[in-house]
Amino acid sequence: MGSLDLSQLQHLWWLLVSVVGALFIFLTFVQGGQGLLLTMPEDETEKTLIVNSLGKKWELTFTTLVLFGGAFFAAFPLFYATSFGGAYWVWMLILFTFVLQAVSYEYRRKQDNLLGERTYELFLFINGTVGVLLIGAAVGTFFTGSNFTLDAYNSVTWHNPGRGIEAAFSLFNLSFGVFLVFLARVLGALYLNNNIDHAPLVEKTAQAAYKNLLYALPFLLYVLLRLVTMKGYAVDPVTAQVSLVKGKYLANLLAMPVNGLGFLLIGLVLVVLGVALARFKGSRQGIWPAGLGTVLVVLAVFAIAGYNNTAFYPSKIDLQSSLTIVNASSSHYTLTAMSYIALAIPVVLVYVAYVWRLLDARKLTAADVLVKGSDEKY
Amino acid sequence: MLEHLDISQLSWARGQFALTAMYHWIFVPLTLGLSFLLAFFETLYVRTGNEQWKTITKFWMKLFGINFAIGVATGIIMEFEFGTNWSNYSWMVGDIFGAPLAAEGLFAFFLETTFFAVMFFGWNRVSKGFHLLSTWLVAIGSNLSALWILVANGWMQHPVGMVFNPDKARFEMENFWDVLLSPVAVSHFVHTTSSAFLLAALFVVTVCSWYLLKGRHVVMAKKSLAVAATFGLIASAFVGFTGDESAYTAAQVQPMKLAAMEGLWDGEVNADLVAVGIVNPGKKPGDNMDPFQLDIKLPYLLSLLANREFNSFVPGVNDLVYGNAEHGVVGAGEKIAQGKQAIAFLAAYKQAKDAGNTEAAQLALQQFDQVKEHIGYGYLTKAEDIVPPVPLVFYSFHVMVALGTLFPLVFAAVLFFLYKGTLQQQKWFLRAGVLSVFFGYMASQAGWIVAEVGRQPWAIQGLLPVGVARTQLTTTTVQMTFFMFLIIFTTLLIAEVRIMTRQIQNGPEGE
Repeated sequence: MGSLDLSQLQHLWWLLVSVVGALFIFLTFVQGGQGLLLTMPEDETEKTLIVNSLGKKWELTFTTLVLFGGAFFAAFPLFYATSFGGAYWVWMLILFTFVLQAVSYEYRRKQDNLLGERTYELFLFINGTVGVLLIGAAVGTFFTGSNFTLDAYNSVTWHNPGRGIEAAFSLFNLSFGVFLVFLARVLGALYLNNNIDHAPLVEKTAQAAYKNLLYALPFLLYVLLRLVTMKGYAVDPVTAQVSLVKGKYLANLLAMPVNGLGFLLIGLVLVVLGVALARFKGSRQGIWPAGLGTVLVVLAVFAIAGYNNTAFYPSKIDLQSSLTIVNASSSHYTLTAMSYIALAIPVVLVYVAYVWRLLDARKLTAADVLVKGSDEKY
Repeated sequence: MLEHLDISQLSWARGQFALTAMYHWIFVPLTLGLSFLLAFFETLYVRTGNEQWKTITKFWMKLFGINFAIGVATGIIMEFEFGTNWSNYSWMVGDIFGAPLAAEGLFAFFLETTFFAVMFFGWNRVSKGFHLLSTWLVAIGSNLSALWILVANGWMQHPVGMVFNPDKARFEMENFWDVLLSPVAVSHFVHTTSSAFLLAALFVVTVCSWYLLKGRHVVMAKKSLAVAATFGLIASAFVGFTGDESAYTAAQVQPMKLAAMEGLWDGEVNADLVAVGIVNPGKKPGDNMDPFQLDIKLPYLLSLLANREFNSFVPGVNDLVYGNAEHGVVGAGEKIAQGKQAIAFLAAYKQAKDAGNTEAAQLALQQFDQVKEHIGYGYLTKAEDIVPPVPLVFYSFHVMVALGTLFPLVFAAVLFFLYKGTLQQQKWFLRAGVLSVFFGYMASQAGWIVAEVGRQPWAIQGLLPVGVARTQLTTTTVQMTFFMFLIIFTTLLIAEVRIMTRQIQNGPEGE
């Protein structure tokens, strides 16, 4: 690893950031489940089952988001500085929804919780919808660009008074966000379908996965259509000049037949397969193909945003201020040091998976949440 | 960069960071300390098989969970705030600072959260041994996260292991181990975590004192106290030892902070330590005003504390601002002049490079290299800018030390009365005991004020003033988020305290 050159390390770290991002989007099944919380359960038992099932996992999603931020900071600090500092409001609002989420599981049913059970459920709903929508809008700017300039010292000036909120008013970004909200619900429904042994919920979650996939479809189609037809921000590998090129992202998809077009298509098929298994075959394992599919799709999205001489965080108003994996990255030394640290990623994945299996070996049932003093704490 | 400096925006940005950090620090020390106490309690349960220890573990675990949730909620803001409010900082030192933050996420947070789920949901799903292991891993994970973030903070207090890259206009890491093992980082970590253990022990003292006064859950309270007071007493020793070490390292690498902590305006050989004092709030660098309205001093001890030598020289605020040739102290004015030269040479270098004039670029770079050491000072306007608010730092330091001296006595008294079997009869002591955690918080927050206000105006000591580190935002924007945080965090704190109080009133399940 010590022998990798800077460019290889930049590519490696874009991949690692993508992997963390992809796992995060898979884990937004927690947010998706929260989105279903207000409408799906018919009685208290069902609601409690859902909350306790999601409650075992919410911190995993949360931590993955934090790691995503940390990995970006360490590997591509200029993105961290430019986007978080520049698109201030969109990130702040995303964070606020996660602040609300973090207390809601624990406080919802506790005595004297000040705001009441319903408010905490509303917090979970807000995080599951607005939070995910804004994350989608923010990621959408990887393709549509933002209004910023960088000076000679890489200090950012943002030229839109919305400070990032404007991202949500682009049809492409908004569609991307809405797609993610419905995708999260598909995953949430499939996760609950897998995790809870309660006949009425098994039926309802399979239905919900199917319905939300249908809702997601038009937004997905629009995003894909725009993606392959829109102009993209290409970087000249020799001069590092950024220019707008027609069909750039389509070209990227084709230039990366495996991790571009391949991952995208296989990923989408797997998501559909997961839903179909649950809806038409009565299988309870739909979350796994759908989860893997989601990971592949996100990897493809990151690949076409950052690889193949593309600016992953483009500036609309000053093309040369755009961020690429080359100009935004950390130094050779830091990327190397961080790569050694990243060797821990498989270890983490293994113990997370081990504990997941251990805790979910026995499915959650109504009996678990109805017994007083049981382990089901939420 | 500085020509756009908007002081009020800077103040609000600093205020927001202080607000979020101080809120976060209400919950973190409890997490750090209680997690170990849980591990001790559960170990006793597994080793003795006594169900009472299980009840005790589960009771404190419930309080731990309530606290943990809001600790997580306030923590996520901290990580992203470096980017949102301090974007120039994030770029200029992201190459060094980002690494510990990412390591924190990978090494610590996943350990913490994965096994947190086992700890709470796993009593009937995993074996006894695996459950105990999980509880220990939560404690280790929590404290590992403290390690990484305090390494990062320690680096800001004493930047090491890096080099300035003029092409990128940023600092880059040169040696990871220097960053990780810097003496400031190490003493900072041990001091902070042991103070957190102490605070968690005080929390147990508070709750159990109340139970004993009410005559409720007496056995549980005494057992909890025996473990917590021992833990607290040991932690106090570490706090004291590393506190001394922190003051020593401050003297070596942040002499201005030490001068402010002690209210030392004019440097002295055989400097005295101010035990108690009331500072003159209007005192400014270079004036003749008496520093104190009232003070009690311990002779020579400051020299000993700062340099481990009685007859050594300790520079005061004025020496550091105006210089002291006799003792070889370079004044800030001189450093500012050099820093401004460095900035000018850097600009010349960039300009020449952009114009393709290699020769001129090389020359500018050579000139830059000669004066770059003080580049951070170049962003300041006058020598007096390097002085932090002395009264705030002085009082915070003295409150922290005074309370820190008192706490081991509290733990020792708890253990003594427990040993004698008379704790329940010590009504006056128990009443004071109920208040102890609040004093713990006071000392703990004061400690952070010393560390952070004491290094003003620097975001990174000597290299980057806060005015340059910040993001360009309007004052209104930062005010809005400041009040959003204030309202949300205060609401959640009230909810937390109410829930916690109710759970304490309810007491352990099955008793």
